[in-house]
Amino acid sequence: MGEIYLDNSATTRAYDCVGELVKKVMCEDYGNPSSMHAKGVAAEQYIKEAKETFARLLKVQPKEIVFTSGGTESDNLALRGVAMANQRAGKHLITTAIEHPAIINTMRHLEEEGFRVTYLPVDRYGRVKLDALKEALCEETILVSIMYVNNEVGSVQPIQEAAGIVKAYNRNILFHVDAVQGFGKYRIYPKKLKVDLCSLSGHKIHGPKGTGILYIGENVKIKPIVFGGEQQKNIRSGTENVPGIAGISLAAKMIYQDLDVKIARMRRLKQRFIKGVSQIEDTAIHGLYDETSAPHIISVGFAGIRSEVLLHALEEKGIYVSSGSACSSNHPQVSGVLKGIGASQEFLDATLRFSMSEFTTPEEIDYTLDALYNIVPNLRKYTRR
Amino acid sequence: MRYHTFLIKYGEIGIKGKNRYLFEDALVRQVRFALKDVDGQFEIHKSQARIYVDCEGDYDYEDTIEHLKRVFGIVGICPVVRMEDAGFEQLKKEVVAYMDEAYPNKRLTFKVEARRARKSYPLTSMEMNCALGEAILDAFPETKVDVHHPDVMLNVEVRNEIYVYSRIIKGAGGMPVGTNGKAMLLLSGGIDSPVAGYMISKRGVGIEATYFHAPPYTSERAKQKVVDLARIVSRYAGPVKLHVVNFTDIQLYIYDQCPHDELTIIMRRYMMRIAEYFAKKDGCLGLITGESIGQVASQTMQSLAATNDVCTMPVYRPVIGFDKQEIVDIAEKIGTYETSIQPFEDCCTIFVAKHPVTKPNVEVIRRSEENLSEKIDELMKTALETAEMIEVK
Repeated sequence: MGEIYLDNSATTRAYDCVGELVKKVMCEDYGNPSSMHAKGVAAEQYIKEAKETFARLLKVQPKEIVFTSGGTESDNLALRGVAMANQRAGKHLITTAIEHPAIINTMRHLEEEGFRVTYLPVDRYGRVKLDALKEALCEETILVSIMYVNNEVGSVQPIQEAAGIVKAYNRNILFHVDAVQGFGKYRIYPKKLKVDLCSLSGHKIHGPKGTGILYIGENVKIKPIVFGGEQQKNIRSGTENVPGIAGISLAAKMIYQDLDVKIARMRRLKQRFIKGVSQIEDTAIHGLYDETSAPHIISVGFAGIRSEVLLHALEEKGIYVSSGSACSSNHPQVSGVLKGIGASQEFLDATLRFSMSEFTTPEEIDYTLDALYNIVPNLRKYTRR
Repeated sequence: MRYHTFLIKYGEIGIKGKNRYLFEDALVRQVRFALKDVDGQFEIHKSQARIYVDCEGDYDYEDTIEHLKRVFGIVGICPVVRMEDAGFEQLKKEVVAYMDEAYPNKRLTFKVEARRARKSYPLTSMEMNCALGEAILDAFPETKVDVHHPDVMLNVEVRNEIYVYSRIIKGAGGMPVGTNGKAMLLLSGGIDSPVAGYMISKRGVGIEATYFHAPPYTSERAKQKVVDLARIVSRYAGPVKLHVVNFTDIQLYIYDQCPHDELTIIMRRYMMRIAEYFAKKDGCLGLITGESIGQVASQTMQSLAATNDVCTMPVYRPVIGFDKQEIVDIAEKIGTYETSIQPFEDCCTIFVAKHPVTKPNVEVIRRSEENLSEKIDELMKTALETAEMIEVK
């Protein structure tokens, strides 16, 4: 079997049609959307269409869509932009202990600038504790940010309930959702969820890297974090990445085609994998793995094997996975998320994340299981004595 | 000021008698290699026991100096202003202009040192010294002549054109790579071995390297790190041929068959054997390691003796008497440190015992190795045959 890519939460292979479209826009419709001539108008057309696409998928207005360079920038803009614009109303922010570094590190930076941040704990399945949210809210609170799907263990957060609690306490508090891992797997409607800001990323949905979306509700007070030519109504200056915008838009359309069928298939594969992997001794599946968890992420601890070694052993068989979260794997440190869900010590440095896409097949899952049956006992034989 | 030529001064080459041209040719080759990625057109030539780098058109001065400073065998680099011979009156003006621009503060002593390669020049060297010195004194009355210990030694050389220079930038010293054979460096991803390679190379020795990787215990990135280190070493040593040996099976077999506290020593003995195999095959005359006495358990005097026991060629350990910080200082100077400290596991650390032997007895180690007799030959053969070769330059 050739390449088996089970690292789709790190990034995905772009749809062929996305690659072709991006190339076409780069090489043919390469105008600057701000230019007055026909080339500019043609480029602008892609942006307009993309806004309409996301407006339709999210059930919001086109003017509430801002294009960014990716999930990280969307999160930065949401947090910093809102904090700066609303700090006179208060300087308290709330998030969870298991957010992506794009949120956690932005929050830490805001702390240095005088904001107070509460990091909500999660239960053993990686879901935020709503009681803790209720307790944390105060008069000073201006923003709550909770992710939709956790990138390491696949827990799905109770966004609607959380937003309900926040808005019941004070409807002026803004609610941001980092939906980078949830978009393309769930139908996400910010207005129905009472969500004011929502971050999306292109390369997690078979779109181009370097593309992202921030939904900003029309009544949200926000300030820009980069300055320049005042594009995108001065919320996000810089010539729009037109090929990327065309690409992310097409990818989003594609991924929502037959979504229910695709998700049902991923769930079947997830169950198949979990059933198979559970037959290996001394393993643990982190988080929930029923229908309430994300369909594509499986986090498995293998006691006694350093995750990096198992990862490379799978790599030798053409199977690509992540240890912990790929976005933070450059820092060989223990995952905060696994600690947050109270995973036992022996799994902290011994956990792999398998993440599927709509292209994952049963054969690939079986091949991966066979590889694990083979490799795991072998690696366990050789440990530091 | 615009310099048109660099005069390359070399030291020890000068005393090598009849072999001198070999050394000079090697130096020319190394200078050419060092400048291959610098912006500009460079003409490198030997002339009357000197090497000149002529720069045609625009070139990056700072970058050129930086690259020349890495070439072993160069003692000094003199930036030269080259001018056409338009008569002595014109030369006087040019020399005064040179002094004016090169030394904004004129409170200095100087000496003019004229030389004539073209003996048909109408003035003798002595006459030139006097006339040019006078012109400078007239132009800048605050300067003084000091023929014994001048602040500025102003060289004026009459060739087809006239060369004027006074500054000497210190070079790397040592001898041109390629004049002293080749040696095989055992290159890990650590701090010490690249420094060891650099130091031996400085004496004119070409470098090959052997790296042991142990997938899946070490990653592709760890290997890439070693390639990167070899590339930095090659800036000084010239192209480096890197042998990448898959060591996993040998390591696991030792783990299975031998006392665990001897694992590292036995492993290192096999690493030496493998490195020596490639060294002999490629005509290297010695092995190089980054060992330093007592730094870790495998580098005690007893451990070094146990490791050395399997080698038939000389093993050069240039940092043997250095403290860690002294090695780090060199690593920082030559630019390998940042790469060396990237945190990837290397194959020496993965199975290391909690309490490895620190005073191994060679006889005991040899007996332990007898436990390997059943399969080790076959595993060695596979390791040697499957080694990957990477040309790093």
